[in-house]
Amino acid sequence: MNQTTTNAATPDAAAQLDIFRRMIRIERNDDATRAQIRRGRITAPYYSARGQECIPATISNLLTDDDVICTIYRGIHDMVAKGMPLRPLWAEICGRVDGTCKGKGGPMHLTHAETGCMVTTGIVGSSMPIANGFAWASLLDGSKRVTIAYFGDGASNIGAFHEALNLASVWKLPVIFVCQNNGFAEHTRYENGTGCAQISQRAAGYGMPGYTVDGNDPFDLYAHAHEAIERARNGEGPTLLECKTFRFMGHVFGDADSYMTKEEKDAAIAVDPLPIYRQKLIDTGVATEDQLAALTTQTEAEVQDAIDFAMACEFPSVDELRRDVFAEEIPA
Amino acid sequence: MSNRAEMIKMTGQAAVSAALFEAMEADPKVLVFGEDVADREGGGVMGTTRGLSTRFGDMRVRSTPIAEQAIIGAAIGAAMAGYKPVAEIMLMNFTTVAMDMIVNHAAKLRFMSGGQSQVPITIRTLTGAGFQTAGQHADHYEGWFCHTAGIKVVAPSSPADYKGLLLSCINDPDPCLFIETGKTLFAPGEVAADQGPIPLGKAKVVMPGSDVTLISYSSMMFACYSAAAELAEAGISAEVIDLRTISPWDKDTVLASVEKTGRAVVVHEAVRNFGPGAEIAATIQEELFGKLKAPVRRLGAPYCAVPFAKVLEDAFLVQPADVVACVKALMA
Repeated sequence: MNQTTTNAATPDAAAQLDIFRRMIRIERNDDATRAQIRRGRITAPYYSARGQECIPATISNLLTDDDVICTIYRGIHDMVAKGMPLRPLWAEICGRVDGTCKGKGGPMHLTHAETGCMVTTGIVGSSMPIANGFAWASLLDGSKRVTIAYFGDGASNIGAFHEALNLASVWKLPVIFVCQNNGFAEHTRYENGTGCAQISQRAAGYGMPGYTVDGNDPFDLYAHAHEAIERARNGEGPTLLECKTFRFMGHVFGDADSYMTKEEKDAAIAVDPLPIYRQKLIDTGVATEDQLAALTTQTEAEVQDAIDFAMACEFPSVDELRRDVFAEEIPA
Repeated sequence: MSNRAEMIKMTGQAAVSAALFEAMEADPKVLVFGEDVADREGGGVMGTTRGLSTRFGDMRVRSTPIAEQAIIGAAIGAAMAGYKPVAEIMLMNFTTVAMDMIVNHAAKLRFMSGGQSQVPITIRTLTGAGFQTAGQHADHYEGWFCHTAGIKVVAPSSPADYKGLLLSCINDPDPCLFIETGKTLFAPGEVAADQGPIPLGKAKVVMPGSDVTLISYSSMMFACYSAAAELAEAGISAEVIDLRTISPWDKDTVLASVEKTGRAVVVHEAVRNFGPGAEIAATIQEELFGKLKAPVRRLGAPYCAVPFAKVLEDAFLVQPADVVACVKALMA
């Protein structure tokens, strides 16, 4: 957005299409989640990431299953982008025993170890200190694995952010701190809660590179994320990426948006990154309208399959209250 | 044991050091880190980690910034990635700065992930009144952690237990809080040359008796030993139990003893109100109501901060005379 990288990488056609595939998967899944809540088939607080799809979709294109993400309660988009399968995801959202966490975590606390979705925290700021531990383990293992800590703009004001960035810098940890700056910390506007013009400026205080990126532009994101991930893989330490975006569905799904103006929200929706990127892929010949329509239909079928699967699953047994407290089951 | 192993006289501090050396030697996944723990920084505020970084290198033994959230967060992430971190929080009062990491994350991630995540961390921390360090360097906050499902709370009183219990904590699949105190750490005792792990959750009947059961742990064991000796002179036979693990606690051993003696006094340095003694006393009364010869009594600190002036500090701490008076009243 306002800084340039030294060796700007560009996604090739396959990567561009892959990013779209991840974006549409997030968006169709989010749309279906909201529909199920409206119909009363799910009873859970839901923090929609509609509008923020581009960020994890682009970053995940640069990751492998072995790479780790630690994210937050508004993080289902991060996990869907990372590759979490939809059936256990939906079973978890529905509180069923076949959920990825056996119905014990719910939509705010998903884990799916096989795809590297290791921690989802419901506590603002807490993804970052834990991400450092995974990154430290990579150094000890001598592996090239990188760890992504996702968080929002509000989390850059809590102590955990500052402690984690400082330690990551001192220890040169292979971690990328990805701030999804959607302009609001719960209901508080950015400038009323954050004392610097750009969150990326805070990186300087910890001796690490920091970039402010257009979080709605896969090309800008790709260039900066590519550089940050390469830096981490090469043992050169952490990076702070601030990705500017907007959330279309408020803080928690159902909130009245009284803290923003209609004009502001309409202006953001007018530049919804999903249709813009879709059109760009067609205009530049990366994909045809028919291909993208087919991809969307296929994604919708996958989401519907996951919902049908989840709704047919059993609820967990109350014996689960004694399991997983410790490794050893607590006697009845 | 066919042959009695060679016994070595050492302090708790030396026992902790021995356990750390052995554990790190036996398993390259064991890590030690915290404020000032490496030799460059003096090998720990109590010298318990002295020599470790020289022996095992500064990647496995790392001094950290003064940043408790970052310390415990890194421990959690590294543990989830397959390591066995021993994180030192210099003083128990400083755990308050890391409560989110300990309570919301370390203790709960196994349960909330449906058993996918395990967090085998050991948090070593030092506390205890009697050194005029007053209200922010001496508190016994074990009750808070005992109230949190998913973390084991361990408090040794003898050098042998220091070694054996620490070895068990390091190799336990669940998070453990290991409480050290100034009084117990520097009291010498006999430790078998081949002292191995001592199981968690098992109390020890240190002195057999028939009239009353004294139940305690950590520094207050010394008050109980003095009181038991004085009571013996008065013809009262006290059975003294060291809980060793406060949570989960060894109900079987405690209930068997109180069933035999018919009287129980729980003694701890923590504030009496809502302290661990309340849970133990309530359980004894629920299980053994008809067999008790007297009400179960609790002795603990008064409801105030740890005071500075020696005269106040002495009055704050349970003294052997308090235990003796309490037991004599029960026998009357």
